[in-house]
Amino acid sequence: MFGIGLIVFRETLEAALFVGIIAASTRGIFHRTRWLTLGASAGVLGSIIMASAMGRISAWADGVGQELVSVVILSVAIAMLAWHCIWVGAHSADMAKDARHVGESAARGEQTLWALAIAVGLAVLREGAETVLFVAGLVSGTTEGPLMLAGTVAAGLALGASVGWLIYAGLGKVSPHRLFAVTNVLVLLLAGSLASQLARTMSQAGWLDLLDNPAWDISALMPNDSVPGMVLHGVIGYDASPSQLQLAFFAGTTLLIWLAARQLKARVSRRRSAELSAA
Amino acid sequence: MNSSSKRKAITAVVIAAGCLMAGGVVQAADPEVSLVIKEHQFDPTEIKVPANQRVKLNVHNQDSTPEEFESHSLNREKLIPPGGKVVIFVGPLKPGRYDFFGDFNPATAKGVLVAE
Repeated sequence: MFGIGLIVFRETLEAALFVGIIAASTRGIFHRTRWLTLGASAGVLGSIIMASAMGRISAWADGVGQELVSVVILSVAIAMLAWHCIWVGAHSADMAKDARHVGESAARGEQTLWALAIAVGLAVLREGAETVLFVAGLVSGTTEGPLMLAGTVAAGLALGASVGWLIYAGLGKVSPHRLFAVTNVLVLLLAGSLASQLARTMSQAGWLDLLDNPAWDISALMPNDSVPGMVLHGVIGYDASPSQLQLAFFAGTTLLIWLAARQLKARVSRRRSAELSAA
Repeated sequence: MNSSSKRKAITAVVIAAGCLMAGGVVQAADPEVSLVIKEHQFDPTEIKVPANQRVKLNVHNQDSTPEEFESHSLNREKLIPPGGKVVIFVGPLKPGRYDFFGDFNPATAKGVLVAE
């Protein structure tokens, strides 16, 4: 039973950290709860559908259908996070300055809410489908009582969700005019983490046959299945022995997003000063 | 072209490149090994593969419950639905022993891959 709860906890944890960070990065933005709830609910619904179709999906593309679906999910999620990072990064100075005019700054944040809702939905879908499949397998295969099983699954879910809530509450302590800068770095790292998973998925499916050697191995120091390892995996995609390709994807993605944000920021401030001198 | 569409374009290129490689002849040369999951155990529990060469693992889950093939040292993790057959590429590996296990039944589903 303990093992079952642990697996549910682990699967929930990753999605919960993701949602916690996104929720913190949209604090105070109009309608954000509605949008994020919509995204997460769609993710849960999608998980059930995907889990029930997993048999067929797995057989696609000669046995690497799961990776095909993962590559699409990860790529779209990365694009959504990138869009948010670039937009917020470019406008963060105004948003912080306008922190007193909560209304205005919040209205600006609404611009990327749809993208974050999609990213949240996809994160929940990725972890959720696996959990649903696992739990469904238990219902048909276990000898334990259904009540005991339901309780264990609920406890795993609740414990995972509470870690997501913890990171959300912790980020709530950041002062409002620094919040966007801090959460934007976290969203950038989430994008890098997804890119690293994208690299591994493509190696696993045999679509990329390069740099699949471990860059390092610190599994003796902090194994993947230790609590700090699991939490760091959810936040920055920690892997005790990542492949060189994973590192390259992580670095490349975060660098590209950062450069794009910087370029847009320069353009935004040029336009602003042009407007000022015209007035 | 704005930054977001640039990013999307890059993503599209990466996916396209991936799909091209999937259809290529690269896979044909990879040695294959078969692995069966039955009653929450791997069969065989020890598989030998050539080192320094990518290997194609064909995994067949004959149980009525799902399993997850997982290995930290191989850096692999993949669901195998009840009755499902999946493919997992590993390596190229340095000579050595690589543990793997079934994440949903870690007490019984254990195995080792030996690259030599």
